Amino acid sequence: MHHLLPLLVALPLLGAALLVAGGRRLPRRAAETIGCTVSGATAALAITLLLNSSPPLVEWAGGWVPVNGESVGIMLIGDGPALGMAALASLLTSAALAYSWRYFDEPPRRHAGSFPALMLVFQAGMCGFAIAGDLFNAFVFFELMSVVAYALTGYRIDEAKAVQGALTFAIVTSLGAYALLMGIALLYARTGELAMAQIGRGLDRTAVHGGPDALVLASFVLVLTGLLVKAAAVPFHFWLPDAHAVAPTPVCMVLSGVMVELGTYGVWRVYGTVFAGPGGIPPADLRRVLVVLGVLTAVVGAVMCWYQRHIKRLLAYSTVAHTGLFLIGIGVLTPEADDGIALYLIAHAGVKAALFACAGILLDRYGSVDELALFGKARQLRTVAALWGVGALGLAGLPPFGTALGKAVTEEAVGGALALVYVAASAVTGGAVLRVGARVFLGLGPRPKSDGEYETTGAGERPETRRRLSRVPDTMTAVPALLLAGALAVGTVPGFGGLVADAVNEAGSGGVVVTSVHWTVPGVLLGLASALLAVGLTAVAVTRPALLAAPDRALPLRRLQSGHIGDYVAWLLVGTTLLGVLALPGVLGA
Amino acid sequence: MTAVPHVLPYLVAVWVFLVGCYGLATSRNLIHAVGCLAVCQSATYVLLLAVGYRDGATAPVFSDIEPGSRPLVDPVVQALALTDVVVGATVTALLLALVLQVSKRHGTVDPDELSELRG
Repeated sequence: MHHLLPLLVALPLLGAALLVAGGRRLPRRAAETIGCTVSGATAALAITLLLNSSPPLVEWAGGWVPVNGESVGIMLIGDGPALGMAALASLLTSAALAYSWRYFDEPPRRHAGSFPALMLVFQAGMCGFAIAGDLFNAFVFFELMSVVAYALTGYRIDEAKAVQGALTFAIVTSLGAYALLMGIALLYARTGELAMAQIGRGLDRTAVHGGPDALVLASFVLVLTGLLVKAAAVPFHFWLPDAHAVAPTPVCMVLSGVMVELGTYGVWRVYGTVFAGPGGIPPADLRRVLVVLGVLTAVVGAVMCWYQRHIKRLLAYSTVAHTGLFLIGIGVLTPEADDGIALYLIAHAGVKAALFACAGILLDRYGSVDELALFGKARQLRTVAALWGVGALGLAGLPPFGTALGKAVTEEAVGGALALVYVAASAVTGGAVLRVGARVFLGLGPRPKSDGEYETTGAGERPETRRRLSRVPDTMTAVPALLLAGALAVGTVPGFGGLVADAVNEAGSGGVVVTSVHWTVPGVLLGLASALLAVGLTAVAVTRPALLAAPDRALPLRRLQSGHIGDYVAWLLVGTTLLGVLALPGVLGA
Repeated sequence: MTAVPHVLPYLVAVWVFLVGCYGLATSRNLIHAVGCLAVCQSATYVLLLAVGYRDGATAPVFSDIEPGSRPLVDPVVQALALTDVVVGATVTALLLALVLQVSKRHGTVDPDELSELRG
């Protein structure tokens, strides 16, 4: 079975090559069918492998197996989390391709294959990153998926905002990737290994006085910088709203649903296999780093999300807030929290992609994604309104959505004040989405007024479809409905939670731990609390806009998001320094 | 052998990286910014090659020497650096294409004048 692992990368790449070679001669329908088929076949392969991933699969590409414990070969690992992420990425790519069926107007330069081909390369990059067992290949796949993501973000090259967003995304993420590579080089210098597990053992073996030293700290900080830029943790997050607000909607679904989360997955994987040993970074320091950054990310993301009027940008900030929640969960380093985060991440991907899909329908129908400009305009889109409302409540964590189950399990594991962060962040982001729905689809409350100049409006955007839609195509409503059903299934299908938990625990650094994942009374109550809070916030915002309108206090925070590449690079350096300071005590104490 | 020559390449790598970052943070021209990003990447080349260096060793090419007869520098980091160069070329090409498009659509390549996305 393990010989099939490289196919997860090879299959979409071959499909992309086929589309690029024949795209000019292929009719559009054929090109899109090939794209969907190859993407779907890869998803099926990932799921098949996932079902056979116990014990974890290991493949040395090209048969370069280790000799006397040493190897220069390329190692691919197929354990539960790796194949789970690959399956999630593949499923979302398939969903995005189905959503974009005959979507864009005239393909660029009459090349019908270009968009599906780019999406397939993107899928290959994400699958490769998920199953990479050595750090250098993780870097290569990281760059592959990033470069394709830049190209896809700027896919509509005639749009001024799109190319600017893509450029910001590209420069910030590439800088992060180079930091990641420097960290990998330092680890190689210390251990002479590139495979993650071997590096971890090497660090333990070469540890001076049994603890980490400055080199380990430097490599930890650099590697984490790269991964956290991808995960969009504060203060590395500035590229994300700029890119997600301008990328074509099908691309947004994949970017927000799974690419950003792959950064979080990378942090979990790298810490667990490389730095978790006695020669790595002590658990207390990792906990400090991730919990501090996670809380900061959740708060900043939620606050900024609430004050957006550009709907896609609002959804992008809610992704930032949820990244914060994921980071807190993996930061507390308990098997239960890992299980919860895995479930939360899967369900969040479905909900977030569905919401982006609905935002895309608004854009293509009305030529705007601005909450104020669209006030009361979308009354006749009843189906989309229902999907939007369900998605918003799913985002807020209403039981029995998978988001609520994952959140409840994590809340129980982190406990105390951190659980409140989960309730608050999910309520505020869910409330913001619900507020948009109440205004745009129902036209409730007084007509909101613009509150200042320092904001991005979503008016005057060009629809991505050939012409403004008069009737919403079935594929565009079926895809979000299916995605939401998937998110619901994560929470309701009996035994699914247990399966995910077993897969995560088997791969975790703590050995085989038996945890139980199920609904509990406090979990359900907390989920209901955040959903109610979201509804309450919406009610206040819609009936009394003045009470929750952007106060001047939030302005400094909004000014930080200046759209200036230089500022974002400076913040990246600040963040790297912050990581170093937060992780320093472990090295000093050793 | 004192410690300085051993540490020097690492210091150079750090310096090159920070110089590139400084250039990016203060850039007034997007083409200049893309160049600065390439400078940052050069730091990774320096670091990788410094990691693989060995005193008195020769290049890992066996066409004219007997395997095992002389010490060699680490070929793995050279392979990594080569891959890195390929990645860098792709990124730079794509970035320059995007800058070209920014220049066409915004009429400027000064990042200070791109202010549509903010808040």
